[in-house]
Amino acid sequence: MTTIAPVAPRRRRTDKTMRGVLLAGTLIALVPLVFVVYYLLKQGLGALSWSFFTSDPSGRFLGDPGGVRSAIVGTVLIVGLASVIAVPLGIGIALYLVEYGKASRFANVVRYFVDVMTGVPSIVFGLFIYIVLVLSGIGGNFAGWKGSIALALLMLPVVSRSAEVVLNLVPDSLRESALALGSPRWRVVARIVLPTAMPGLVTGSLLAIARGAGETAPLLFTAFAVNSTTWNLGNQMNSLPIQIFNDVRQAQSNIVERAWGAALTLVLMILALTLLARLIQRRSRIA
Amino acid sequence: MSSQSKEVRVSAEPGDQPAAAPVVTQVPAPTDRAAAREVRTVAPTVAIQDLHAYYGDQHAVRGVSMTYAANEVTAMIGPSGCGKSTLVRCINRMHEEIVGARAQGTVTLDEADLYDDDVDPVSVRRTIGMVFQKPNPFPTMSIFDNVAAGLRLTGRRGDVKDRVETSLRGAGLWDEVKDRLARPGMGLSGGQQQRLCIARTIAVEPDVIIMDEPCSALDPVATLRIEELIEELKRDYTIIIVTHNMQQAARVADKTAFMLTGELVEFTDTRTIFTNPSDTRTEEYVTGKFG
Amino acid sequence: MEAATIQHGGRPESGRPPPSRLPDRLLRWGLTGIAAGVLVLIGYFFIRLYLESRPVFSSYGVVNFIFTDAWIPSKDQFGALPLIVGTLITATIALVIGVPVAVASALYVTELAPPRVRQPLVILVELLAAVPSVVYGLWGVFVLIPKLRPAEQWVSDTLSFLPFLGGTVAGPNYFIAGLILAIMILPIVAAISREVMATVPVEQKEAALALGATRWEMIRMAVLPYSRAGISGAAMLGLGRAIGETIAATLVIGNAPKIAESIFGQGYTLAAVIANEFGEAAATPTHRAALIAAGLVLFVLTLVINFVARYFVGRSQRAMTRSVPTGMAG
Repeated sequence: MTTIAPVAPRRRRTDKTMRGVLLAGTLIALVPLVFVVYYLLKQGLGALSWSFFTSDPSGRFLGDPGGVRSAIVGTVLIVGLASVIAVPLGIGIALYLVEYGKASRFANVVRYFVDVMTGVPSIVFGLFIYIVLVLSGIGGNFAGWKGSIALALLMLPVVSRSAEVVLNLVPDSLRESALALGSPRWRVVARIVLPTAMPGLVTGSLLAIARGAGETAPLLFTAFAVNSTTWNLGNQMNSLPIQIFNDVRQAQSNIVERAWGAALTLVLMILALTLLARLIQRRSRIA
Repeated sequence: MSSQSKEVRVSAEPGDQPAAAPVVTQVPAPTDRAAAREVRTVAPTVAIQDLHAYYGDQHAVRGVSMTYAANEVTAMIGPSGCGKSTLVRCINRMHEEIVGARAQGTVTLDEADLYDDDVDPVSVRRTIGMVFQKPNPFPTMSIFDNVAAGLRLTGRRGDVKDRVETSLRGAGLWDEVKDRLARPGMGLSGGQQQRLCIARTIAVEPDVIIMDEPCSALDPVATLRIEELIEELKRDYTIIIVTHNMQQAARVADKTAFMLTGELVEFTDTRTIFTNPSDTRTEEYVTGKFG
Repeated sequence: MEAATIQHGGRPESGRPPPSRLPDRLLRWGLTGIAAGVLVLIGYFFIRLYLESRPVFSSYGVVNFIFTDAWIPSKDQFGALPLIVGTLITATIALVIGVPVAVASALYVTELAPPRVRQPLVILVELLAAVPSVVYGLWGVFVLIPKLRPAEQWVSDTLSFLPFLGGTVAGPNYFIAGLILAIMILPIVAAISREVMATVPVEQKEAALALGATRWEMIRMAVLPYSRAGISGAAMLGLGRAIGETIAATLVIGNAPKIAESIFGQGYTLAAVIANEFGEAAATPTHRAALIAAGLVLFVLTLVINFVARYFVGRSQRAMTRSVPTGMAG
């Protein structure tokens, strides 16, 4: 009669050990997340207060260092303008690639360089804008809008890549049936393709904006930083990442505390955008 | 290895075959085939008792009981989605690898209960080999390594070379590939790839071989070679073949089972099922009234 | 605009052309223009960086700039070797730590995890990418550096016989920077690895299992060989990120323009030097040119690495629909 030979103990052990190692790797990957969140809450929550959000950094080394109002306003405005630039352009590139370029050689080159752009370090974008817009003195020296353009360059490939994926999901049969009815291409794009893909486009764009909001390096030599609140993107502007960056380097406990508070604020803003993006994504999947 | 402990009922030497051949004047009927062929290795019998299989809430196999006789070829036929593939995947416990899939019932290999708590599915699969619908040699491995892949798992070192050759001969592929064993397995034709997969399967010396539509991706010539091979293989193995091709079942199988919507409708000699089925549904299916 | 037009296929168009032709063309050419703009932009990028850094290259020569170990702005000496070495050391540490962890987590999620926890695990790993660079820097300076210092000192003392170890541990150092970079590249390496592993055909995995392979043997037999090129590509993309990452590195590397003798010594990276010295350099043209040159080296380095990475990822994803990573460099 047949007996089923058991698996050799050595093999069984190796299997168990390796499963354990892979699980351990996964848990190790999550350790930093836990610690970052823990310290953000522990050090940051204490810093948050009404005046933290409503006062500008005082610039004083002694006494009350002030809050981060100007940084929040700056981040919102700079990132807002960057989104206004990057989202339409990014979706435009994706539309070209999906609706017109398709697999043509030119489209593939564009696609390739959009991919390459995602790998360009953010500080290089900052340098570029510094050279092109700050050194040349267009519209003054440092300015918020120049920071926006640097961020927009960073966000552009991310928006474009995610938009291309989403637009590709729009079934060709939808396009064809509309074209067959005699609709011109532009109307098909405007009435069929974009509305169908809209939730996905919004999600991708929000995620790109969330990433952009946390960037420090490109703002360092484009928007610069001033302490007072300004609503004018033509001026130098403060922002949360820059505020944190500058505060970390002051070895003074109350200023460092402000850095933790600002970091918590920034992470919460990014998290809110990310969550919103995921919610829209989920909504669209059900529909 | 279980197969090594098996008794071997040696009849005629393979060399004697041609001499014996002229004696048989008429083509043996499917039922007589098992008797006509000499058995080299006694393979085990597979028995299924009240087997149910599910994908999530979907009840794919609904209480099937049947026995696959030793050293015979049993064909499973039925329209797509009838549960025939699912059923055979329960036998070597591949079914449970699909997320959300589960099975319930008894499957025995001779006396051994394959669903016993002590039984590791890994060792079940070593005893019950499987050949898939699409030829699936490992793309990064050479022809040699593909055949040796299963052997290396158990840490055999010494006789790997011999076993690879034996297996390739057993799969009728040796002469075609002996000069290019180091070349990638993906370079072979579809039919050769499928025979490579058969060689890979028999290299680990299973007792039973499950073939899940092994010819559906092949051309007629390659299909014929595989069918001849199946005839060969049943001298050593119990073979279960799932097929959507009724002529194929008629050509290769000793017994045939017809399944419909997860249930076993009829299971008898191949000849009977195609000439004189007892169930009207079987008759309608084999005569092509539905598919 | 719409004079006698010949349609595709040479069929002459009779009567007036449909009113939609003009907007159609505008859309087509407008979008093409935007797409072409990307290429022009990258080219322009390169040229401007080169032009602005020329003063340094012309007075030092490209080779001297890259291979001289002397970055002393006050004496107008700009040899970027310590920066390049620092960049490579920290990036290597990041890969050595980050890639195995990322690949392990990707394997666990795709091949082992119970279906119910897969999505949550993916989201958690992705969240690592949502934390801004400057926040990692802040955390590194005030948590990681003080907490890890005793452990680092212990390793340094016990293993001092090994090269690149021994001596007093500096607070900010190569290792800390590498560790933080490892955390930052982890999500992208894991994400691409997961995508590549998801493309391993089910038939391959079933073939291994049907031969009587255990889960781990199935991973070794079917999953890893199939996705090796993709994982290499993922690691290369991670390398690109690690090299370009600026702010976190600036905060925890120590900003000392020398090549330290130990991995627990202070150093500098290309990106960090730009972020750190830009304020003072704005006034001195050579210094500024040297920093832009450092940016150019960084740019070229990341471009080359990205080309190679795309090649690898592309090779392993040939069959599947394109979905290369989103996300951006730090």
